[in-house]
Amino acid sequence: MNRIWIHLIAAAILASSAPAWAVNPDEVLSDPLLELRAREISKGLRCLVCQNQSIDDSDADLAKDLRVLVRERLVAGDSDSTVLEYVVSRYGDFVLLKPPFKGATLVLWLGPLVFVGFGLFAMISFMRRRRTADGFIAPADSKAASRPSSSHAPLTADEQRRIKELLRDDHA
Amino acid sequence: MTAEIGHFALILALLVAVVQATVPLIGAHKGRQAWMAVARPAAITQFGLLAVAFGCLMQLYITSDFSVLNVVMNSHTDKPLLYKIAGVWGNHEGSLLLWVLILSLFGSAVAVFGANLPPGLRARALAVQAMIAVGFYLFMLLTSNPFERVFPVPINGRDLNPLLQDPGLAIHPPMLYLGYVGFSMAFSFAIAALIEGRVDAAWARWVRPWTLAAWCFLTGGIALGSWWAYYELGWGGWWFWDPVENASFMPWLAGTALLHSSTVVEKRDTLKGWTILLAIIAFSLSLLGTFLVRSGVLTSVHAFATDPARGVFILGLLIVVIGGSLALFAWRGPALVSTGLFKPVSREGALLFNNLVLATAAAAVLLGTLYPLLLDAIGGGKVSVGPPFFNTVFIPLMIPMIIAMAIGPILSWKRADLMTAVNKLWLALLAALVAMAVVSVLRSEGPLLGIIGIGLAAWLGAGTLIELTGRIRLFRAPLGESLGRLRGMPRAAWGMTLGHLGLAIAIAGMTGAGAWKVESIQSMKPGETVQVAGYDFAFEGVKSSQGPNYSIVEGTFNVTQNGKPVVTLNAEKRVYNVSSRPTTEAGIHTMFTGDLYAVIGDEEDNGGYVTRLYFNPLVVWMWAGVLLMMFAGTLSLTDRRHRVGAPKKHQPSAATAPAGA
Repeated sequence: MNRIWIHLIAAAILASSAPAWAVNPDEVLSDPLLELRAREISKGLRCLVCQNQSIDDSDADLAKDLRVLVRERLVAGDSDSTVLEYVVSRYGDFVLLKPPFKGATLVLWLGPLVFVGFGLFAMISFMRRRRTADGFIAPADSKAASRPSSSHAPLTADEQRRIKELLRDDHA
Repeated sequence: MTAEIGHFALILALLVAVVQATVPLIGAHKGRQAWMAVARPAAITQFGLLAVAFGCLMQLYITSDFSVLNVVMNSHTDKPLLYKIAGVWGNHEGSLLLWVLILSLFGSAVAVFGANLPPGLRARALAVQAMIAVGFYLFMLLTSNPFERVFPVPINGRDLNPLLQDPGLAIHPPMLYLGYVGFSMAFSFAIAALIEGRVDAAWARWVRPWTLAAWCFLTGGIALGSWWAYYELGWGGWWFWDPVENASFMPWLAGTALLHSSTVVEKRDTLKGWTILLAIIAFSLSLLGTFLVRSGVLTSVHAFATDPARGVFILGLLIVVIGGSLALFAWRGPALVSTGLFKPVSREGALLFNNLVLATAAAAVLLGTLYPLLLDAIGGGKVSVGPPFFNTVFIPLMIPMIIAMAIGPILSWKRADLMTAVNKLWLALLAALVAMAVVSVLRSEGPLLGIIGIGLAAWLGAGTLIELTGRIRLFRAPLGESLGRLRGMPRAAWGMTLGHLGLAIAIAGMTGAGAWKVESIQSMKPGETVQVAGYDFAFEGVKSSQGPNYSIVEGTFNVTQNGKPVVTLNAEKRVYNVSSRPTTEAGIHTMFTGDLYAVIGDEEDNGGYVTRLYFNPLVVWMWAGVLLMMFAGTLSLTDRRHRVGAPKKHQPSAATAPAGA
């Protein structure tokens, strides 16, 4: 159902306020470079009364207030990071759509890295462990196949013959 | 009366599902044919009963029977017929009914078309399907009954959310659900295979078409949602990394991995355990997706607490299905016997790499989506995880995958030489470098990521074509022979080529729309002109009119380029009568190089209107690429070997084996 539910909720919150759209002409700064910076900063700030919308996308009144605040700070000469620090000091980390790297978000940031690291490790160790004499990798779940008692023939006669041929090529 | 018939049909379906979930399973265990045979008629009966229940709800909506709570909450007599029908699944209860209808449709498809399946596998798979159905029926009957009556009967309904009254969104949920529920087939067969302890090429051949069909529908469903957001929400965005979007994207990632690893099972008889695990994960994520969107848990953890019955039931169902199947996997998985051997550098190795990346991507999206909920639930404070996080994690994962996507298909099965493959791709590297150079000259002020994205698209597109020319021996064999090979190419091979090409085109589109969008927001009076990306938008003024259940303010823009007329754009703003909520209908003109996009906003005190004008580069590439991917999947689905079916093929060969030996 994608965005609908957010909008249902956002609409419920906004039901009393008059409809308005995100960034309005009266907010736009005359300096295009400054405005560009304001837009980039706005995209990373959460509209606090909305569901996962940035203040750049949101038509809520509070989002508008924040957009104006960001622009005021930029006009006053603040750097991007100073503006962010200022907004965070007022609203907390919750306002950042890209959460800062710290204790509470350790798992969030390192999770994907750990996952890919674990995946790579599993792949490599599986390849190391299962490497057959001729460098092939036997599948991890084929333990039973290599057991002599198994009723499954690991390779057909034809495949065995082809492997012997390949081996001959390798050693020739 | 209609509501009671529907309700009764749902209860009967539950009873049939209980029988279907138990009797065939016991039958398969004890080898009793008659018990196993119960599964097929039961599955077909379930579908019949669900069709009755669904038909009843639809009838209630069409006739606007406001004695039914669900209709009151989501419909209105003035609503056009299409949206009265779409209203059936535009809400929690009705969408669950659609979910189980599709589940029973798939179940009866196995019953009808599964004649060549081994009876034990069929009986067990249908029993597992029925178990899922029992969970859903109970959930609906106990907590989310769509047929609940209301008294006193209100005079009219509360109408469907205006944002949902849109043709794209009317068919979005059914498409998405065909995808979600389609993965239940792979899941049921995976569980059945675990119980039997056997996974072979025949199994993979049976599961593949269902996975492929589910994947096509899910791809289409996600694209429809994205397309809707693009033209309806009025700022030209198409992907927001929103939890409800992620909910459908996670099963897509896992399903894409499953699609690739099941090829390895079918062709090379290895990676069986992993493929089974992926089938379980893909469906688990589908279940999670359904419930994430439907339970309200995304709003806040506290929504769970306000309606504990639903929340607790959902949590219980997820734990039973996901936990149970993973436990079964841990117990029975090691018994699966694989025989295929391969070297790290080989087609199998490349597919394994693809699986690693896709699985990591799915895990990262899952983590990012659930992290705020989990942290809040354990009292760790509030945190927001939005688009900047997902882009930071997701894009670096995709870059190596797309590079590998051009190399993988060129590698041979079992063992390959990386250098030979890379040598074949020098032309693709050249194409990528040229594309990047051209883009960096044309869009010198744009972000670096834009240049990288176009380079990757060119690399993948050219690499895929090189694989195709190699396959048909173009330029190395007489042209006639190459054309003959082209004609003789199996449809599944076409599926791979076109699917990868589709992704290359879509990446170019996503890059263009993401990196070089031109936006202009201003107040305009009729007669004024604004230039956006070299196009002059002349605002002609507005006129008002009435739609079926909304009023319209329509702004007209005459767009010219260097004085030559390009198009007249009509941007609408609608206000719905019942909810008095506004929606936008952007005026869009699609061109090869990008979309002209105009939105009209509020009237201002000075008689001007707020207008938003955009040039969204290459957007149509995105939709075209996705359509090509869906076409590729469908084409692959019609491959002869899916129709022949491995079991049938196996029998004659088994019969001739003694003679040949």
